[in-house]
Amino acid sequence: MEIVLALGIGVLAGSGVWLMLGPRTFQVIVGLSLLSYGVNLFIISMGRLGTGGAPILAEKTAGAASQFADSLPQALVLTAIVISFATTALLLVVLLAARGLTGTDHVDGREPEA
Amino acid sequence: MSRFADHLIVAPILLPLLAGAIMLVLGGECRRNVNAAINVVTSFSLLCVSLMLIRTVDVGPAGVTGVYRLGDWPAPFAIVLVVDRLAALMVLLTSLLATAAVVFSLARWHRVGVLFHPLFQFLLMGVNGAFLTGDLFNLFVFFEVLLAASYGLALHGSGAARVTAGMHYIVINLAASLLFLIGVSLIYGIAGTLNMADLAARIPAIRTEDRALFEAGASILGIAFLVKAGMWPLCFWLPATYAVAPPPVASMFAILTKVGAYIVLRLWLLLFRPEAAASTQFGADWLLWGGIATIVFGTIGVLASQDMARLAAYSVLVSSGTVLAAIGMGQPAITGAALFYLVSSTLGLSAFFLLVELVERGREPGADMIAVTRELYGEEGDVDDSTEVGIAVPVTMGFLGMAFIGCTLIISGLPPLSGFIAKFALLAAALGSPSAAISTATWTFLVVLILAGLAAVVSLTRAGIHAFWASPERTVPRVRLIELAPVILLLLLCGVQTIQAGPVMRYMQATAQSLHVPDDYIRGVLSPVNGRIDHRKGGA
Repeated sequence: MEIVLALGIGVLAGSGVWLMLGPRTFQVIVGLSLLSYGVNLFIISMGRLGTGGAPILAEKTAGAASQFADSLPQALVLTAIVISFATTALLLVVLLAARGLTGTDHVDGREPEA
Repeated sequence: MSRFADHLIVAPILLPLLAGAIMLVLGGECRRNVNAAINVVTSFSLLCVSLMLIRTVDVGPAGVTGVYRLGDWPAPFAIVLVVDRLAALMVLLTSLLATAAVVFSLARWHRVGVLFHPLFQFLLMGVNGAFLTGDLFNLFVFFEVLLAASYGLALHGSGAARVTAGMHYIVINLAASLLFLIGVSLIYGIAGTLNMADLAARIPAIRTEDRALFEAGASILGIAFLVKAGMWPLCFWLPATYAVAPPPVASMFAILTKVGAYIVLRLWLLLFRPEAAASTQFGADWLLWGGIATIVFGTIGVLASQDMARLAAYSVLVSSGTVLAAIGMGQPAITGAALFYLVSSTLGLSAFFLLVELVERGREPGADMIAVTRELYGEEGDVDDSTEVGIAVPVTMGFLGMAFIGCTLIISGLPPLSGFIAKFALLAAALGSPSAAISTATWTFLVVLILAGLAAVVSLTRAGIHAFWASPERTVPRVRLIELAPVILLLLLCGVQTIQAGPVMRYMQATAQSLHVPDDYIRGVLSPVNGRIDHRKGGA
């Protein structure tokens, strides 16, 4: 499970960074989205990987910390998803405005002289 | 502490939130005057609240004076708001700038785009929240609130230059936010807490094999803040964005770089205090040399700038580089002087951003950046004639010239204004450091700081001669009282800071002391017998 998750995060983050370094605004926004998926998975993994953990142990049962599911990273991821969704939507509007005002989808607002 | 004073801590966050929400509900551009009134009233009440906060904090003991437990849960399990000397100072500075900027915007800038007033209040909410929160993830949320509002404000008025610069600003800050998340989750994975005070208390107990991972998390987190603070080489987005932002917004943005510097100051001194064993003052050299590199880069930019808005933007870099380098030296006396410098330079730069627009208004359209803003007012003449706000100022050029000289003195650090006292205090503290030999880094800092002042004098004088003396064909700009008054107010505050330098400096030194020995802060936040819970248990 660890190796699958680690590879997933690595591939997402790697392709996200690659796309973000591209010159076209659409590549940048897709790159940012991929990167944020990678980061969200990373946050989940920081709460330790495991399945079937209880959020709250039943009354009068002795339990070790390993039996818990850490709920805090899940709350963090939820917040991060909402925020990155909202900011991506905002960025999309700005990209469209920039395309309309400058007539090109290059991030500098003008085509490089070949 | 009375119940009322308890709730005062949350007021700097709640007031702008409520005001912004009410404006959105009232809605639309037809109610712009109502929105403007709400904005002015809220900004002034924020000013009163922050004055009350700083008075409460100043009379209290050295450490934490106010901990506000949201939801009344004890500290490590829920989010706390903490007000100490530093937080109260930054909230006061924010509300001063906000008051000036909102009054300035009433003359015309709030009419060039939509939703200026609600966005402005949400920006204030984010900034105040970032200053007051005691929790890392809550900090992330407030960071996003202030960034989202600043995206909207940076684009206020639209235009190709603004949208292109704004797009770079948004992309870079989104990437920085992702780094912030990675850093926060690494720290949580190692230390198991996100409460800043709890984190500081747990660091000495981190196992040796985990320490490298923790420090990696802290560095990644630091990069996110340094992007915001504009440290070289993370600052290339800043001059373009600040130079084309609308003047009232740019003058508020002067505090945004200081948000980054504030968090570096708070977290770095809290997490890597002497008790942190192997991690003590982790990364100090990076801050110091990075800060020096920022000053150098900013100075080159200042010298190379042809128009005043860019000059102001590069001066922001110089100011934030100075603060970062001074923090990196890690000595209480220098930190105190750096705080004095931070307040003085932020007020001066904020006034300068407002002033630039007034001065440039008289220049021929198309001369430089103002052309971008000029084209936005399709029928500028009509608008101005029909909706004249306030009265025009007589002897305009005289007042503008005096204000310009004031800004020059503060930004470059010449006597007699507060800029000089700030730089003098920095130099004196650096030279009087306890270690017998002064290190190479300190000498470099001193030389670079003085040269930066010289460069600022050179280029500001050049810009001043160009704007005031050497353009006979210019028309005298029409400047209204409500546009000039905020500039004068900010400069007068610098004057007050100069005259009251003794008490102000004492406050800054006390702040620096409590930052360098944060035991009181940690104990105050973590102690279960504090504030309201205490009262209730006593009653039960």
